[in-house]
Amino acid sequence: MTPAAATRVAVRGLLSHKLRSALTMMGIVIGIAAVIVMVSMGNAAQEQITHQIQNLGSNLLLVTPGNVKSAGVNLGEGAAATLNYGDARAVAAEAPAVAAVSPVVTTRATASYLNQNTVTTINGVVPAFLPVRNFQIDQGRFLGQDDVDNATKVAVLGASVERTLFNGAGPMLGASIRINQQSFQVIGVLAAKGGSGFLNQDDQVFIPLTTAQRRLFRTPLSSINQMVLQATDSSTMDQAASQARAVLRERHHLPASRADDFTIESQHDVLNTASTLTGIMTIFLGTIASISLLVGGIGIMNIMLVSVTERTREIGIRKAVGAKRRDILAQFVAEAVALCVLGGAGGIIIGVGICQIIGRLSIGDLSLAPIISPSSVAMALGVSLAIGLFFGIYPARHASRLHPIEALRYE
Amino acid sequence: MPFWSGMAVPAPIRAAQESKLAVISVRDVRKIYRAADQEVVALDGVSLEVEPGDYVAIMGPSGSGKSTLMNIIGCLDQPTSGEYILDGRDTSGLNDDQLAEVRNQNIGFVFQAFNLLPRMSALENVELPLLYRGVRNRTELARRALAMVGLEHRLGHQPNQLSGGQQQRVAIARALVAEPSIVLADEPTGNLDSRVGEEILDIFRNLNEAHGITVVFVTHDEKVAAHTRRVIHMQDGRIVTHSEAVEAPYEPPAWSQEAALLRAAAQAERYRAGATP
Repeated sequence: MTPAAATRVAVRGLLSHKLRSALTMMGIVIGIAAVIVMVSMGNAAQEQITHQIQNLGSNLLLVTPGNVKSAGVNLGEGAAATLNYGDARAVAAEAPAVAAVSPVVTTRATASYLNQNTVTTINGVVPAFLPVRNFQIDQGRFLGQDDVDNATKVAVLGASVERTLFNGAGPMLGASIRINQQSFQVIGVLAAKGGSGFLNQDDQVFIPLTTAQRRLFRTPLSSINQMVLQATDSSTMDQAASQARAVLRERHHLPASRADDFTIESQHDVLNTASTLTGIMTIFLGTIASISLLVGGIGIMNIMLVSVTERTREIGIRKAVGAKRRDILAQFVAEAVALCVLGGAGGIIIGVGICQIIGRLSIGDLSLAPIISPSSVAMALGVSLAIGLFFGIYPARHASRLHPIEALRYE
Repeated sequence: MPFWSGMAVPAPIRAAQESKLAVISVRDVRKIYRAADQEVVALDGVSLEVEPGDYVAIMGPSGSGKSTLMNIIGCLDQPTSGEYILDGRDTSGLNDDQLAEVRNQNIGFVFQAFNLLPRMSALENVELPLLYRGVRNRTELARRALAMVGLEHRLGHQPNQLSGGQQQRVAIARALVAEPSIVLADEPTGNLDSRVGEEILDIFRNLNEAHGITVVFVTHDEKVAAHTRRVIHMQDGRIVTHSEAVEAPYEPPAWSQEAALLRAAAQAERYRAGATP
């Protein structure tokens, strides 16, 4: 019997039990759809996080106080107040591979204008922040060195803060907003950068570093939360890191025997960590979805076994008129594979449909457009084919080995 | 018009017909079943020859071994010992797939319970043996075979849309379509009322007389046996008698009174000859 003939016989067999075939297929449909949706969501999360990390700016190094491995005690980054504005200025002046330095202090505070208010991230920054972090000015101007030197009470708003506070009403430039009960004059608004949730880069307010240190935090020694270094080039990242490290160790009077009291991470490190995390998440989601696929496969095997038992007589008749073992085997394997491949195709259609729907939904300002990779669709089809073969072969072998006389006698 | 009238008779069959070599040659066949520690001797040294164009009935009460013999003749089972040569081919030592091939090429089965595949049309049922042989013009051949049994107008009907007699005719068409060496009919009228049963037997007789098809019946029905030219009686796994049935050149419609009289006469004749115990 040719494969085409076996397929025809198998399809006839399936069509003769339409409801049962459809229900059996559902297991595979749901399994494949779940895998596609989960993997697509995972891909989307990965893509979004990667995009946003890259969106932070290019060739960046992040210096944070403290060292996770300090004296064997895991302090966590930022646990110690060991970096200050002076360190930042020293690195900018003494490390030739470092193009710019952006020291930052950060806090959460309430910003209000008239009766509108919002809890947002307040950043104390210097003018270098703008080019380093790749932000653009939309209206007005950014902070100048004068503002930092004189600790003026001016503020530059992120796009979404501006939207929340002013809501398109009135001239916001020159307006006076309040941050923690102190008034700041708005001098500029940044162009929107996108992003969502905790990664929303537009939900921020920028004030001079010195103003933030003196007026909002009153921190001693003018310490900072982090500084972002921009290397002159992507090829000088390592150089910039080691030069900055040398400058900082020198300034902190660290003898060779002591570990760094700060941590330098490159953007790549952060990217890799994030990719690893989201990759694990994708695998995790995919694995959970695969379980439903496995259950679907077992459902196929179960139904095929029932079907073989129920059709024992048919098998006997087919054998009596000359069907060989491989003919019967081919018929039942083809049935299982047809079930799985049709189910897989249905699952792909439903999975892609669900992805489209999810792409149009947004929960708060968190929206995630699933990314369906052609490879995951191809893999879904391949997997359903493999499930059909794997779970179909046992019942089919059972059928092919039935003795014709006993099969014919079966009631 | 017989559907194979325009076709060449397959070489082995022609050779067998010309030389009158037996198409079935069973020699000293024994079949022993082992169940739990017991041995059941189903066939105890059976020898039998059937020539091409023969029209034979194997008779016997249940347990006589006639079904076992039919299974062996039909290549559904292998004897424990002895020799079975079907159409010049020794079937001993063949594996399952080889036996399937022999069944496909040399044997047409007609069963008591019709054994058609449900949810498949008459035409598809008849095509089945050709499917496993890998024949291309299956529909054409199946249509001709159905025409031979007078069902050319029921090609698309499924078994549950056909009467018992029509179903059995589909089964006969299926048995014929692959041009087997022998047609093996196991109680072909057992599930039919007597009038329809006679119609079926007439079809068999016509196939045998007009087309020279070898038919072997396995039955315990006297009416079936009365149709044949030769009756082989079995008991306790052995052949007890061979009897040549009376020649009955004219067979009126089976349900007529005349036919009933003729059958009664023939039966009486056989009875006198000591054919039936």
